[in-house]
Amino acid sequence: MAQIRVDALDKSFGTFHAVKAASFTVEDGQFLCLLGPSGCGKTTTLRMIAGLELPTAGTIRLGGEDVTMNRASARDIAFVFQLFALYPHMNVRRNIGFPLKCERVGAAERDRRVVEAARILRISHLLDRWVSGLAGGDRQRVALGRAIVRKPKCFLMDEPLGALDTEMREAMIHELRALHDRLGATTVYVTHDQLEAMAMADMIAVMNNGVVEQVASPRDIYDRPASLFVADFIGSPPMNFLPFHGSLQTGAQAVWLGEREIAIPAAREALAESDLVLGVRPEHVRFTDRGMVRGEVYGSEYLGTTQIVTVTTRYGALKARSSSSIYFRTGESVGLDFRPNTLSVFDKASGRAIRTALYEGGAHG
Amino acid sequence: MSVANAAHSVVEPSAHARRFAGLLVILYAIITMIPLVWIVLTSFKSPDDAISYPPKILFKPSVEGYCNLFTTRSRQTPEFIQTLGQPRGLCDSIARSRNMVVAGPSNYVPRFVNSLIIAFGSTMLAVALGTLSAYGFSRFRVPLKDDLLFFILSTRMMPPIAVAIPIYLMYRTLGLSDTRLGMILLYTSVNVSLAVWLLKGFIDEIPREYEEAAMIDGYTRFQAFVKVVLPQATTGIAATAIFCLIFAWNEYAFAVLLTSGNAQTAPPFIPIIIGEGGQDWPAVAAGTTLFLVPIVVFTVLLRKHLLRGITFGAVRK
Repeated sequence: MAQIRVDALDKSFGTFHAVKAASFTVEDGQFLCLLGPSGCGKTTTLRMIAGLELPTAGTIRLGGEDVTMNRASARDIAFVFQLFALYPHMNVRRNIGFPLKCERVGAAERDRRVVEAARILRISHLLDRWVSGLAGGDRQRVALGRAIVRKPKCFLMDEPLGALDTEMREAMIHELRALHDRLGATTVYVTHDQLEAMAMADMIAVMNNGVVEQVASPRDIYDRPASLFVADFIGSPPMNFLPFHGSLQTGAQAVWLGEREIAIPAAREALAESDLVLGVRPEHVRFTDRGMVRGEVYGSEYLGTTQIVTVTTRYGALKARSSSSIYFRTGESVGLDFRPNTLSVFDKASGRAIRTALYEGGAHG
Repeated sequence: MSVANAAHSVVEPSAHARRFAGLLVILYAIITMIPLVWIVLTSFKSPDDAISYPPKILFKPSVEGYCNLFTTRSRQTPEFIQTLGQPRGLCDSIARSRNMVVAGPSNYVPRFVNSLIIAFGSTMLAVALGTLSAYGFSRFRVPLKDDLLFFILSTRMMPPIAVAIPIYLMYRTLGLSDTRLGMILLYTSVNVSLAVWLLKGFIDEIPREYEEAAMIDGYTRFQAFVKVVLPQATTGIAATAIFCLIFAWNEYAFAVLLTSGNAQTAPPFIPIIIGEGGQDWPAVAAGTTLFLVPIVVFTVLLRKHLLRGITFGAVRK
């Protein structure tokens, strides 16, 4: 197992700039998720780490060794593909044993390790079956078997659960994480599903348009987003954004939204007059008659124990998460209040989060 | 669902439609089979029966056509034939009944061997080249890829015989006229465009992840191509090989023009089998019947690959 260090990685396909100066480090034994929407460059980044694409610029280090231009086969990694890529002309045993055969491991040793990998993944009973008859989850286990059988430096996974149905995916999320904990393998996992990333990752790298927007723990990504994009992409429903115009002094504890003053975590930098955005998570909105922001109930989505209430205000539609025991009438006038110590402020032009006391708690803010 | 409705199915054809379709298939089969059946029948007729009018459906079978196909004969006086000993074999006795003796083997076997070597040689070469270039076009960023593919296809846009004279002159200069190598190269060049296009389609269907997985597991690209791509492309390779073989096996025009004594293939040889007093139709029919055999055998052998979709279900899309 080894540390993966990606430094200023760039990749262009002709005129298309797929990855722009991506940098992050995956510590030995860590589980990192590359998370982002389709086309954000996360898969390209993973393929560059694997050696399936060569970067236009930048370096990749595996366990301290510079492997940027090495062939995939020389990197000692394992890759799990979304479509599993099991060889249809081989049975399960030969599929799992294939990497060992490439390394010219002897037949007896190979069989011992295949059986052990199958036991870990609980597919021992399938070893002599053909892969074409297997169910999705079992195929994914065979693909994982092929990855773990070799004891590589790290695991790279490209949306390995994307082809599974919801129920199977839920089960595999826990299995994958348990497998990771058991093997202590450095893992880079690409997904566009924030729930998968949140459930499995030690660290999440959020990518957008080829840029790594933030690398942090799932908690920090959610509570202390580094940019407007991260705040918007993570969370369902996403963070509410209240645009306003104003300036900030260092140490300021409130911002003016029009004529309303709203308390925020103490600012740690000064900002001249500019367009700003106040970010509020739906669960940090409280209904109170003395609320700073007033609006009309537009509608509500019932989610069981909670509900998402949409309120039309002068700042646009705001979504609030509240207990479903409260009954809201459409058109009803309500007052809203925000929990001050959880709010984020962003610079609208750059999308960057303004440094405030909020970010001091985070290890990777 | 009511019982009356259960009889109706949206996927199953009705009994009526099934009968009609069956009838059409049988009719079509009869129409296409008649010439073949006629050739096989003619090959077992005597020369007189072969040209009798009205044509004979029922006749006394004879192997004279096959004898005449494989032998050359010379006419002798009955007195001379009397002086010879016992006839050597069936064909000799048939010949003697017509006041002839077998003089030696005909050229049919060497021509047939030429056909086998040239057709299978050019098929192997075309499929090998086609597989490699189709893989290249499918997997790599080839500059001017679309133009090159169009260029390759464009070699088939005119009938090959349109370039017969330039090729004839070229082959004469290069010393390739009437050589097996020359014919193999010629048929390969005609077939390779078909092979590239057919195989590119098949290889495009094989997900890249297979090779990528193999390369990560420690294979070079070429090893991955041989061990992972080729086994999955068998279906396509088999289909392509059959198409190439059928073309090379049946090709007539170039063979007439470019081959004579040495590398002549069976197609230009069969129609010019001359008997006494004109075309020896039973011998021609016998030559044609035997000529069909290799293609039928090859197709039947590869049918398993043609029908089996080996990647079915291995990749979820």
